Amino acid sequence: MITLEHYLFLGAIIFTLGVLGIFLNKKNLIIILMSIELILLSVNINFIAFSAYINDISGQIFAMLTLTVAAAEAAIGLAILVVFFRNLGSIEVNKINQLKG
Amino acid sequence: MVLYSLTFYLFSSVAVLSALMVISAKNPVHSVLFLILSFVNASGLFVLLGAEFLAMILVVVYVGAVAVLFLFVVMMLDINFVKLREGFLQYLPFGALLGIVLVIELGILFLTDRSSNIYNNQTPLQPIVSEVENTKMIGQILYTEYFYLFQICGIILLVAMIGSITLTLRDKGGVKRQNIDSQNTVDASTAIEKKKVKIGEGI
Repeated sequence: MITLEHYLFLGAIIFTLGVLGIFLNKKNLIIILMSIELILLSVNINFIAFSAYINDISGQIFAMLTLTVAAAEAAIGLAILVVFFRNLGSIEVNKINQLKG
Repeated sequence: MVLYSLTFYLFSSVAVLSALMVISAKNPVHSVLFLILSFVNASGLFVLLGAEFLAMILVVVYVGAVAVLFLFVVMMLDINFVKLREGFLQYLPFGALLGIVLVIELGILFLTDRSSNIYNNQTPLQPIVSEVENTKMIGQILYTEYFYLFQICGIILLVAMIGSITLTLRDKGGVKRQNIDSQNTVDASTAIEKKKVKIGEGI
């Protein structure tokens, strides 16, 4: 029997993997962006599980909003990454303070 | 019900394992491909929960657009990924500790909240019961009750589009550009120049 908690645990595990990805790949900006995508995916899982739980469609609308924000974030993040790589020839995050100005 | 449970465990375990591979794969191209696998499995879970429209949107938007954008950037930039892997194991103990603490805390939160009135019934999770299908339900509420939210989504996407264009647009020297003002204000006296050319010579 699959209850709400199963989905919440799944969301928690994927969220933790996303946070862990940011910690482990401290230098690689691309993996960090992908980890943020994983975190937003876990948010979506929670939204839709609760939407089914309280029998209300509104949760799915908010999941769509999360999708929009995730797409915008990926686009801008990758644009910053391309500019960063063009200027420095590397995507190491610890050099990113040179982007100012 | 058994089939539902089996499907849930199949999809969720593959989603979790591929999420694990996203953060631990050596090659970022593999990372992107595992991210796609993770999203496809999550969309399978959404179908189980009765959110068919969002499942399809997830496949179209994420697998079709975002993941391909990632793949494009990874392949376009010539990055030395071996150098970026340095220090991966350095943060592993701390990261693993943080991850374990986070999972345990979230688990405790779910398990102890069972006594409160939100979680006390252990009914299986069912898709939303309705006479109309999922997409129609979303449409009926999205364009009426959540209309402003829908508009704000459009503005967010517009700002993101303008932002990424402005960030990546660069002014290269030596590019000929169209000057519309000077094109519009041109007349015969400036456009044509008369010269007397001697016979047998060029200009």
